[in-house]
Amino acid sequence: MLTDLFATDLQLGAAQALITVVLALGVILYARRQNIHMAQETGFALLRGIVQVLAMGSVLFLLLDQPLWAAVPVLLAMQLAGSSIAARRSKAIARVWWVCFRGIGIGSGLLIVTMTILGVIDWEMGAVIPVGSMIIANAMNTVALSLDRFQSEIESHVGEIDAALALGADPRTAVRPHVQAATEAGLIPQLNSLRSLGIVWIPGLMTGMILAGTDPIYAALYQFVVLAMLFSGSGLSTLISMFLVRTHVFSPAMQLILRPGAEVEDAAQAAT
Amino acid sequence: MKHKSETEAVTMKQNQGFVYLRTEELSWQRNGQQIVEEISVEVSRGDIVAVAGPSGAGKSSFLRLLNRLTEPTSGKVYLEGQDYTEIAPQELRRRLGMVMQLPYLFPGTVAENIRFGPAQRGQQLGDSEISELLERVSLGGYAARDISNLSVGEAQRVSLARTLANDPEVLLLDEPTSALDRAAEQEVEELIREIITAQQLTCLIVTHNMEQARRMAERAMLIREGRLIAMGPAKEVLNAD
Ligand SMILES: Nc1ncnc2c1ncn2[C@@H]1O[C@H](COP(=O)(O)OP(=O)(O)O)[C@@H](O)[C@H]1O
Ligand SMILES: [Mg+2]
Repeated sequence: MLTDLFATDLQLGAAQALITVVLALGVILYARRQNIHMAQETGFALLRGIVQVLAMGSVLFLLLDQPLWAAVPVLLAMQLAGSSIAARRSKAIARVWWVCFRGIGIGSGLLIVTMTILGVIDWEMGAVIPVGSMIIANAMNTVALSLDRFQSEIESHVGEIDAALALGADPRTAVRPHVQAATEAGLIPQLNSLRSLGIVWIPGLMTGMILAGTDPIYAALYQFVVLAMLFSGSGLSTLISMFLVRTHVFSPAMQLILRPGAEVEDAAQAAT
Repeated sequence: MKHKSETEAVTMKQNQGFVYLRTEELSWQRNGQQIVEEISVEVSRGDIVAVAGPSGAGKSSFLRLLNRLTEPTSGKVYLEGQDYTEIAPQELRRRLGMVMQLPYLFPGTVAENIRFGPAQRGQQLGDSEISELLERVSLGGYAARDISNLSVGEAQRVSLARTLANDPEVLLLDEPTSALDRAAEQEVEELIREIITAQQLTCLIVTHNMEQARRMAERAMLIREGRLIAMGPAKEVLNAD
């Protein structure tokens, strides 16, 4: 087997990567014979994936010997990127990036800090950064889903929202049911992964720990711990984001700005 | 639901004829298109004004400018002489109660819908007040019904009662019968006529049905392509068309 052929982890890793790339290329070639052309896209995605993950690995390698506070700028950079990605699909909402930035930042930040202080996340670089990045990434997905749902809920309930405003409701009251629906929609994937844990899938972190020789029972428990943290971090982030975004779809005179076919210029107008 | 006391009713009679609502070159532009263009009108207390014109003329848009559901691009609206931007939007919208083309009821019971408006001001309607409001729209005994079991005509009457629960000074009705079948249309139309005469409400009613406009209103304004073509006694304005 491969493990017997290579002396160092690095060589072993390179050989394993090579094999999986060949495998992926095989899939692409097979798809091509079925007239499904994804060579360019997949090729680029594979290349990009390996470059990004190697860069992250190198950063981790350099950081491992640093004091723990050095994790802060790294996680902050991830949170910045995450906010931009989460905001991307909901450009029609005024200042949506700022909503994501605060929602994801406060939600996942609070969780990472308290869990590290309590020792649920090990007090070391090798734990804080990977687990922290998972919390941020999950918060990003949840917030993006919730915002997407929030926008479509509003666009399909313009009549009800106008009716509520016309009866003297303030914006928060007028969108309350839609905020609830959007928050729930964002958290469904998190709930599903908690539900299916161990039945449908053995998650990556647990797999990794077991491969690295950790006691499978502890690996299983810790995987649950991580998923529970991901749920809390996502839940907190999306609650904060929804709390913040509610009023962004209204003008100061309590008029619903976000309507089907509304332009980005309306979003800008709501901001003023 | 407070009923107007005797003295209030007398004062209202005396006030009849005083300009209650006035617009001054009211305009709304949207995507570079002029949808409401420099409309200036005066509506006196107790007036019943039909807002007539073909579909797409800007009637709904004009009405929505009056309770500030949309923001005018330019122009002014005055309520009893006061610039309406000086009035908090929530209070403005309570005073100018609007009934839309479709009922847009909130999920839940009829009673919950009736309670909604007053609850926004921290006022809880009692059961007797709710049944009294429902009686006025001929829906006695409907309080506990779920709105999903209502016909469109019934839903529209709930929508009317929901607006009346706010004790408005002016009713803005946007084609309140256009979504109804003939029988329900007549019923709701008569109901509205009874209510506005009984309460001496000031009323602007949008309709593209000229017959209905003549039946319901004393005065009429005719809008075409966002512009005010004519305003005056309903018979003259509407016959000219
Ligand atoms: N929110 C909106 N965005 C863009 N155009 C609109 C909007 N509301 C109304 N319009 C346009 O304004 C015109 C007048 O509409 P409306 O006021 O609904 O007319 P009416 O009620 O007389 O049938 C129509 O051409 C309509 O397409
Ligand atoms: Mg209309």
